[in-house]
Amino acid sequence: MVAQNIFFYLLAAVMVGAAVAVVTTRNVVRAALYLIVVFAGVSAQYVLLAAEFVAVTQVLIYVGAIMVLMLFGIMLTRAKIGRDVDLTHDYWYVGLATAVILAAVMGYALIDAYGDDPLPEDTRVAQVAGSNTATVGDALFSQYLIPFEVVSVLLLAALVGAIVIARKDR
Amino acid sequence: MLNQFLLLGAVLFCIGVYGVLAKRSAVMVLMSVELILNAVNINLLAFGALRGDVAGAVFALFVIAVAAAEVGVGLAIVLVIYRNRQSVDLNDVDLMKG
Repeated sequence: MVAQNIFFYLLAAVMVGAAVAVVTTRNVVRAALYLIVVFAGVSAQYVLLAAEFVAVTQVLIYVGAIMVLMLFGIMLTRAKIGRDVDLTHDYWYVGLATAVILAAVMGYALIDAYGDDPLPEDTRVAQVAGSNTATVGDALFSQYLIPFEVVSVLLLAALVGAIVIARKDR
Repeated sequence: MLNQFLLLGAVLFCIGVYGVLAKRSAVMVLMSVELILNAVNINLLAFGALRGDVAGAVFALFVIAVAAAEVGVGLAIVLVIYRNRQSVDLNDVDLMKG
């Protein structure tokens, strides 16, 4: 449990630092690269929570697919590769105040509600077929089959919608 | 401890909220939304680990799938806005401003 805590705080510090860099850097491309660090850190946190299948999915989908899509978006909208001074609104301090107040309220609520509640010593889910991944797969294709199908239809609709929106000949 | 994961999620969420509110570039706003969705996923998996339940992991996977769909459609919209206005500055997108 001690080693887990050490790695948690190490990763959390890197993640929070990179996340702050994402929203404060003046360079869009650099923000995207910092975001990759945050996503990789989130994936490592999933491993600490014994959810290795979600961790691998996180790397594949977020670091692999979504970030490539983001970089394409940056490239196609021709953001300057150098410094981009006009990246923040003039009233950014309102956003900062909102975020700080939100963090204070949520932090108070969480500490008030959960305090020092421990996680179970063994955070693996109840296993039916030998591994966590098998358990997740079993649940996905039995108990959660209908939501799973709905999500696949949603992905198809998003795919068609994105093509229809972005194509030129209209 | 449960709370360390929940507090990490809260901090990432708030950084994402700041990004959404304070950034002028539409692509940066989309990136901040991804930050928010990741914070939510950490919470889902932390509660899943607390309950020893697989539901947390399943819903995290659903959130990842919906986030992928959201980025695809969002970037398509940003591309169309850029094509029509030669800018992704959100201050320029004021067609529906009263």
